Amino acid sequence: MDVKTQRFQKASTEALTDDRLQAVMAGAIDHFDQARKVAVEEVTPRVWETYRERGRKIKEHTIENLDYYLELLTNRVEGNGGVVHFARHTDEATSIVLEIARARGVKRVVKSKSMLSEEMGLNRVLEAHGIESVETDLGEYIIQLSGETPFHIIAPAMHKSKEEVGELFSKKLHTKRLTEIKSMASAARQALRRKFLEADMGITGVNFAVAETGTIVLVTNEGNGRMCTSLPKVHVALMGMEKVVPALEDMAVMLRLLPRAATGQRITSYVTFVSGPRRRTDEDGPDEFHLVIIDNNRNKLLADPELREALNCIRCGACLNICPVYRKIGGHSYGYVYPGPIGAVVTPVMVGLPKAKDLPFASSLCGACKEVCPVKINIPRMLLKLRSDLVEGSRSQRKSSIFDRLLSRIWGITMFSSFTLAWAHRLIIILQKPLKHEGNLRRIPIPILSRWMRARDFPSLARYSFHQKWKKTLKDESKGKGSAGNEEDLNVIK
Amino acid sequence: MSDTVTTVTKNWLRNLKVSLFVTCLIDQFFPQVGESVVNVLRGLGVEIDFPQGQTCCGQPVFNSGFRRQARASAKRLINLFETSEYIVVPSGSCASMIKSFYPELFRDSPVMKERAEQMADRTYEFSQFLVEVMGVTDIGASYSGAVTYHASCHLLRELGVIEEPVTLLKGVKGVRYVPMDGLNECCGFGGAFSVKYPDISHAILKDKIRHIEATGADVVLSCDSGCLMQITGAMKRNKIKVRSMHLAELLDSKASHGR
Repeated sequence: MDVKTQRFQKASTEALTDDRLQAVMAGAIDHFDQARKVAVEEVTPRVWETYRERGRKIKEHTIENLDYYLELLTNRVEGNGGVVHFARHTDEATSIVLEIARARGVKRVVKSKSMLSEEMGLNRVLEAHGIESVETDLGEYIIQLSGETPFHIIAPAMHKSKEEVGELFSKKLHTKRLTEIKSMASAARQALRRKFLEADMGITGVNFAVAETGTIVLVTNEGNGRMCTSLPKVHVALMGMEKVVPALEDMAVMLRLLPRAATGQRITSYVTFVSGPRRRTDEDGPDEFHLVIIDNNRNKLLADPELREALNCIRCGACLNICPVYRKIGGHSYGYVYPGPIGAVVTPVMVGLPKAKDLPFASSLCGACKEVCPVKINIPRMLLKLRSDLVEGSRSQRKSSIFDRLLSRIWGITMFSSFTLAWAHRLIIILQKPLKHEGNLRRIPIPILSRWMRARDFPSLARYSFHQKWKKTLKDESKGKGSAGNEEDLNVIK
Repeated sequence: MSDTVTTVTKNWLRNLKVSLFVTCLIDQFFPQVGESVVNVLRGLGVEIDFPQGQTCCGQPVFNSGFRRQARASAKRLINLFETSEYIVVPSGSCASMIKSFYPELFRDSPVMKERAEQMADRTYEFSQFLVEVMGVTDIGASYSGAVTYHASCHLLRELGVIEEPVTLLKGVKGVRYVPMDGLNECCGFGGAFSVKYPDISHAILKDKIRHIEATGADVVLSCDSGCLMQITGAMKRNKIKVRSMHLAELLDSKASHGR
């Protein structure tokens, strides 16, 4: 996928001023966030906490022993009659998929949701090679028709109103102007049913891959994933290398966590377990099963002990829904596949930190993400780590603005001692005098700081600091002398 | 709480010694909050000292990625408060910097890490100190009016201080507490965040202001002056007549209750 992380400032400002987007987004995000809350209440927060702790332990253990479990997974998938491919980069992964398609004369592909294929920009490459590739999940289908990228990890078309989708369908699918969601879904179904029957190859993502049995697990609500894995002759599954879990019993925990955190469901409408191609006794299923395991810079997360836990992510999107920043600027502002708090961590590592330098700062560090994460990932800690890498990291990581460096220098001098602070205080008291407006500051002639004051006043410095008040009166007050904050007493200090 | 119990607590705590880390924001912008902290604690019979030489905890530079500078600040405070029995900080954010992040800053130096951890163990946010350490829920203050409370993020999610401020404000005679919707939601301040992305910060703030106004309260209360600076800034600009106050100001019967 094209990396547009450098546009963050511009894109987020555009999103903020897009009233239509703001209205559609607010409703949709609230819906998901509320659903999660209800689901957690239903199992009780105490039990939910137990699930989270187990989920975290499973992921932590797996990531610590990733090489072992990937090897086990490979052996078991091969034992089931499948083929396993490893790809270091997305280009490699794309070549593997193209090669499988070319060797079998594939002309038509049906796809079920895979964020990894977004990393690869797979649809575009397939089209360029004369292979029709159709997204079959409604949200992804809408996005594909409108030529956009996913807005949200689990609800890619969250930012589209039903009116917009009705319009899009009438233009692209030549339906009459539809107004009901039900009729839009059935229009999409009609168009897609034909595609399923014609397809030579099905491509899906992987929510979890169970090492001990060589099984991939798909968690979906529309059932298209099941069609993609059973109707075409060839099934290609794309997985990020962190998606493996050790044993089937781990799914008992993961399948409790993912749907609740993502959509507030106890379980999704479809949970599909695929263990290799069709066996002789099976009534249906593909003749071939390929599992492509992709790194795409995940090894960099793995190599950094402070960022490693980002690999625990099960892509539920709960941190997006709760994030005050994502809720205002939406998914496209982040400029890459993964938006929101977790995106602000993984994107810089995947595309290169300097290129995505704005993302780690796109957070008030409020910590709501960490609180809702079903596998307890401490996202704020990692954002802070990336911020420090931008300033103090290796040469390939460093990129900080002159303004930031200057500000930190000034801060360093000011805060060096209470003596320097007192001098700075005196200086600012003089400087702020002509700028005061009813005791506050409304604008100052420093461009970057004055932006703060566009929408809110900034307090002016207090005439007497606490330090001064303490020395003058407060210190001795307990012994019964003086009175707190008496301005007349303080005049002596000048 | 009955008078006898209050008296008993007072006597029992007669010998408590507290060192105040007032924070740079309160020192420079809101010294009246620091005074109120002193008044409230002294009213409870606590002995207070104010270690000279303190400035900032280092959070602004830490959050901007300048860890070397943050370490220098941390070292200075750790030295200054080395012998303090209790360290009270009237800010959830600065307290969490000390309690959560100081030990992390010195991860690679065992001695400093241990000293940072010792400081962290002795550090309390103001409301946390009153309720957890002193067991006080009513300090005999009074204020007549409707009050709402904004739970600051670091206090809530780094320190886990949830009920303490509400317990204390409910203990003030004459206060009608009106909880706001989105109580736990960020006000959009985030320090460096609000400077880097003032527009996103303001968009988040607007929701907070809406929730505050909807309560119909005369006062919005918080335990962090950073949040209050952000919230007050927008209320002043939009001529919204809700006063903002630090919890300490409400609890201080000597304070003039106005900002």
